[in-house]
Amino acid sequence: MSDEDQDIILADLDDDELVQQMFDDLYDGLKEEIEEGVNILLSRDWPPYRVLTEALVGGMTIVGQDFRDGILFVPEVLLAANAMKGGMAILKPLLAETGAPRVGGMVIGTVKGDIHDIGKNLVGMMMEGAGFEVADIGINNSVESYLAAIEEHKPEILGMSALLTTTMPYMKVVIDTMIEQGIRDDYIILVGGAPLNEEFGKAIGADAYCRDAAVAVETAKEHVARKHNKAAAG
Amino acid sequence: MLPDDKTLTEQGLAPEGRGRMLLIACGALAREILALKALNNWDYMDLTCLPANLHLYPERITEAVENGVLKHRAAYQNIFVVYADCGTGGLLQAKCAELGVEMVAGPHCYSFFEGNEAFAELDDEITAFYLTDFLVKQFDAFVWKPMGLHKHPELRDMIFGNYTKLVYQAQTLDPALKAKAKNCAERLGLAFEYRFTGYGDLATTLKAQSKKPD
Repeated sequence: MSDEDQDIILADLDDDELVQQMFDDLYDGLKEEIEEGVNILLSRDWPPYRVLTEALVGGMTIVGQDFRDGILFVPEVLLAANAMKGGMAILKPLLAETGAPRVGGMVIGTVKGDIHDIGKNLVGMMMEGAGFEVADIGINNSVESYLAAIEEHKPEILGMSALLTTTMPYMKVVIDTMIEQGIRDDYIILVGGAPLNEEFGKAIGADAYCRDAAVAVETAKEHVARKHNKAAAG
Repeated sequence: MLPDDKTLTEQGLAPEGRGRMLLIACGALAREILALKALNNWDYMDLTCLPANLHLYPERITEAVENGVLKHRAAYQNIFVVYADCGTGGLLQAKCAELGVEMVAGPHCYSFFEGNEAFAELDDEITAFYLTDFLVKQFDAFVWKPMGLHKHPELRDMIFGNYTKLVYQAQTLDPALKAKAKNCAERLGLAFEYRFTGYGDLATTLKAQSKKPD
């Protein structure tokens, strides 16, 4: 960050300038600045949901796009996520009080044999930011663990993540078990992880492969809306 | 003469242009392959290495190997690819089959150094972070810096928090490397385990290739 940037007083910026500055601060992973920005917008009577979507999710979407395009790398994304987490911690209790819109529910977890969760955590955070209720069941999940979680939380979406080429085929094991049990079509199944691609997602019978967290949010919204429309028409 | 590890990491190794068989290998295996070659007098084997830092970009390995095979195949009777799957998700195997060349069996070098069968039976493999001789030497270039820990050590537990131990699979008996590996484990906040593997399936695989008729 340049000396000039360090002189910026966030409270002196108007709303548009402040949101733009928060995009920059998220990009740079500046947690304290993000927390300050969130508090300033709240003090200006912005509803918590607006702060979340316009300032935080908006900023993280840019981070996600630049990660996908190879401009940012894992460390920068983690710092940005950490900064967003700081802002979310302030907003979460307020969102609960003010009744933010609920878009849908999601159970998300890394598959059996795999302990990598950076991508999964980013998706979970972005989904929460977009108004989804997220039940994160962690790493190394067996079929039984996924099935128990969807039974308990009754989400619209099941999300599975894998980083290893040796563990990604387990997603098919989960989907095949759901087919056997006749519950496959009750859920939207989204899959993601570095070694996956669209072809793999199709081959295992998922509804969609999501290449990054921002795409996951958009895909989830589309599929949930489609599901609701279908239910309304039916 | 074998170049230094930095060159093997970033540029790889050119073949000498002698011998009837060419090994196309990961730069991280150069030292081990040349040691086996010298030990067994496999003078007819030539070696070229792709940059070891492809390890960080497994999606680039298949194309790089294909280019290597196409570039060199006219000059050798036989080519053998000294990569395992290495995160290519079967794409390297499929490409090698298409090109009519063989490759090392197994998911990655941690597995074939241990021995693929033995590795598959390990219970605690998923929470182990593996280093070989080469990776211990190049820990900063392959782990610490790419993960941003030189600038942001606070990210360590976000990245390595689910691992429980660092396993150093030693190809050679080297107390200094063992001490360095132990220090790597401390830096990552992981327990340390030392396993002397020697060359594992790499030795048996190359031996099998050496017995193939001319």
